[in-house]
Amino acid sequence: MKSFFSKFKEGLKRSTPTFQKIFGQVGGIFSGKKLDAASIDELEEALYGADFGVETATEIIDEIQAAYRKDKELRGQDAARIGARVLERVLEGAEAPEDWLGEADPAVICLIGVNGSGKTTTTAKLGWKFKEEGKGVVLGACDTFRAAANEQIKTWADRLDLRLVASHHNADSAAVAYDAWQAAKGDNAKVLILDTAGRLHTKGNLMEELKKIRRVLQKHDETAPHHAWLVVDGSLGSNSIEQARKFHEAFGLTGLIVTKLDGTSRGGALVGIYRELQLPIYFVGLGEAKEDLQPFSVKNYTNALFGLEA
Amino acid sequence: MAAFLCVYLLGMLESLTDRMGQALRNLRGVGKLTEDNMAEALKEVRTALLSADVHFKVARQFVEDVRQAAMGQEVLKSVTPGQQIIKIINDELAKLLGEGTTGLADKKPLRIMMVGLHGSGKTTTSAKLAKRLMKDGYKPALIACDVYRPAAIDQLETLAKQIEVPCYTDRTSQDVPKIGRTGWDWAKEQERNLIIFDTAGRLQIDEDLIGEIKKLKDKIVPDEVLLVADSALGQEAVNVAKHFHEAVNLTGIVLTKLDGDARGGAALSMKAITGVPIKFMGTGEKTDDFDIFHPDRMAQRILGMGDVVSLVEKAQETIDEEEAERLAKKMQSNEFNLEDMLAQMRQVKKMGNLGGLMKMMPGMNGIEIGDREETQMRRTEAIILSMTPTERQTPRLLNASRRKRIADGSGVEVKDVNQLIKQFQQMQKMMKMMRGSKGKKMMKKMQSMGGMPGMGGGCGGLPGMGGGGLPRF
Ligand SMILES: Nc1nc2c(ncn2[C@@H]2O[C@H](COP(=O)(O)OP(=O)(O)OP(=O)(O)O)[C@@H](O)[C@H]2O)c(=O)[nH]1
Ligand SMILES: Nc1nc2c(ncn2[C@@H]2O[C@H](COP(=O)(O)OP(=O)(O)O)[C@@H](O)[C@H]2O)c(=O)[nH]1
Ligand SMILES: [Mg+2]
Ligand SMILES: [Mg+2]
Repeated sequence: MKSFFSKFKEGLKRSTPTFQKIFGQVGGIFSGKKLDAASIDELEEALYGADFGVETATEIIDEIQAAYRKDKELRGQDAARIGARVLERVLEGAEAPEDWLGEADPAVICLIGVNGSGKTTTTAKLGWKFKEEGKGVVLGACDTFRAAANEQIKTWADRLDLRLVASHHNADSAAVAYDAWQAAKGDNAKVLILDTAGRLHTKGNLMEELKKIRRVLQKHDETAPHHAWLVVDGSLGSNSIEQARKFHEAFGLTGLIVTKLDGTSRGGALVGIYRELQLPIYFVGLGEAKEDLQPFSVKNYTNALFGLEA
Repeated sequence: MAAFLCVYLLGMLESLTDRMGQALRNLRGVGKLTEDNMAEALKEVRTALLSADVHFKVARQFVEDVRQAAMGQEVLKSVTPGQQIIKIINDELAKLLGEGTTGLADKKPLRIMMVGLHGSGKTTTSAKLAKRLMKDGYKPALIACDVYRPAAIDQLETLAKQIEVPCYTDRTSQDVPKIGRTGWDWAKEQERNLIIFDTAGRLQIDEDLIGEIKKLKDKIVPDEVLLVADSALGQEAVNVAKHFHEAVNLTGIVLTKLDGDARGGAALSMKAITGVPIKFMGTGEKTDDFDIFHPDRMAQRILGMGDVVSLVEKAQETIDEEEAERLAKKMQSNEFNLEDMLAQMRQVKKMGNLGGLMKMMPGMNGIEIGDREETQMRRTEAIILSMTPTERQTPRLLNASRRKRIADGSGVEVKDVNQLIKQFQQMQKMMKMMRGSKGKKMMKKMQSMGGMPGMGGGCGGLPGMGGGGLPRF
């Protein structure tokens, strides 16, 4: 299994020339070369290009420029380190807390998010991870809406030999959650992972449906769901922040998972989300296979972004 | 009827000011778009584009191009240069987004290949497209070429059943080009004349999988290759579109999930970089939630400055500069008739609230115009409308019996008609005067005094307008 860092860097290398030049190791502004005004301009472009958004990009540039004013001998590598440091500071506390799973039996994890963000795949990946750790796990197929959603998660469950509770197309998703909890309890499973239907944060009725899942779960366990994670597509831009805001308002998020970071997207919008909501990022998705899920590490993320060695 | 005169005079002044053009505009501060007077608005625009996720470079280039093209352009009288440049940006944005056709190749049979990133909406869009084109007389078939995503084939098959369209599947093979080719033959046998190939999501940098769609393309020779892209895509949209275009030569883009609130700057990025037309948009999860692409709506969504845009639009619509020019010329050449008066009144009326309008006019501050005057103006309009075109063009034809007919037709008394005609004659006189050197002097005086002499008490106090001549000027 490739580490997040090397996978991320591989993506960077395959990326466009501009990115290679700026964030790559050789020849770019973050190399050993001395900085100049033009390379600071390029830096700005690279930061925007990573979907950091105006606020974070400005903050990083300001600090690099301040350092540059003090020391005209500043080299690309130094600038990269400054950038990484600013980002680390912004992301302080963004990693998952230790022993986050908690004591509840079963610990209920709800995966929610907009259409196509990677909820089902992540449900499977997480299920496999817990299984590998020797923890009993049950999956609940709460997407009863999308065409063949049941078949999709069932294929995963079969493939990974995981217990799945599912109903039929158009069934009440809250009822599936209710049944899945009971099955997990009966199985003495440590974790219950609920895959939900994709929904845009702008749709009030679909938000109500989510709240119903929560209410129904609480008939079993008042503290459920213990984790409500928003699955965010890392290739999206600033709308992710709006998504997080709305889902948080409606459902009360406890964390994030950022997917599709195996491409060339930097997932910079997660910085914006973290700035605003201070929700930890539990995992990042790095591909379509079961093992392509890594715990989020601030250091790895920032180093990979600025082309620094771990 | 004093108010009518007032309004009328206003209309005329409007024309005159139009003709005085530059000088007057400069009185209000600005005449042309310059680097300085656009700067602030352009900065705002750039920030707006960036926060809508337009690619950094695309945003910069676009703003720069528009800035250069707009430099020196005249500013409409009732808006600021900043507002005007925003409107120009909006229009250019719509123009750029709308370049090319939203139509598909006009062919039967028609083969369409769908490509894109993971989860962008390819499968759903395949079904939406089939359903839509059925209405245009196509007989579609869907071919399932996603052999990777679990149950992707089931998903397409389910959607196909929903819209009652045959679907080709092969659950035993992983050979995508072959599946595509066999599916095509199968569809031909079924006498289908629209064949849509749904493919798996893939990263634009995944050489193996990009190779796969290239091979598929070689086998099925599609007439259309559509990139299905999430409207909330970030800065990478540029690379995504560019790489897919290089690999399979896109013929169109479909933007999905526009039922959300993403500003959709990715649309501009993709369009600007590839030049590939945006053809359709997805507006929901159901197979009916689909529409052809509307560039103007998209432009406003990306820029997010609809208020300013519609303000400028209103000013543009209402001040028909050509018409004003035409009327002014007529006044000068003594051909001005009741028809023209009607046209002019309507121009004035179109601009909305008369009181507000007065404030915009140089030298007309402090003149109150209210409901009563508006009513009178409507009455005047009704009278003119009751005349025949010939009467309007040649007011001296209006004898007693005609006047009676007009009064009856417009629901007023004959004396009202008489008064209108009398006032029209006075106006003609006044115009004659204004054409002379005295008139020019008067206009100048008005300008420099910042007010119209003798008009302090409202239109009613305009000396001489009720009787004849304009003695005080
Ligand atoms: N490259 C890449 N693809 C991913 C990743 N996670 C999910 N995908 C792909 O993205 C697509 C959508 O994933 P799903 O798991 O079905 O997403 P979802 O959120 O359940 O989608 P809906 O239920 O339709 O809203 C699939 O093709 C997945 O294989 C990832 O980390 N990297
Ligand atoms: N809200 C909304 N959802 C959409 C739209 N188009 C597709 N989807 C949903 O997005 C998800 C991914 O779509 P799918 O067709 O499976 O994408 P694919 O992986 O590219 O084939 C599914 O949940 C669809 O229902 C759209 O225009 N609006
Ligand atoms: Mg799903
Ligand atoms: Mg699909």
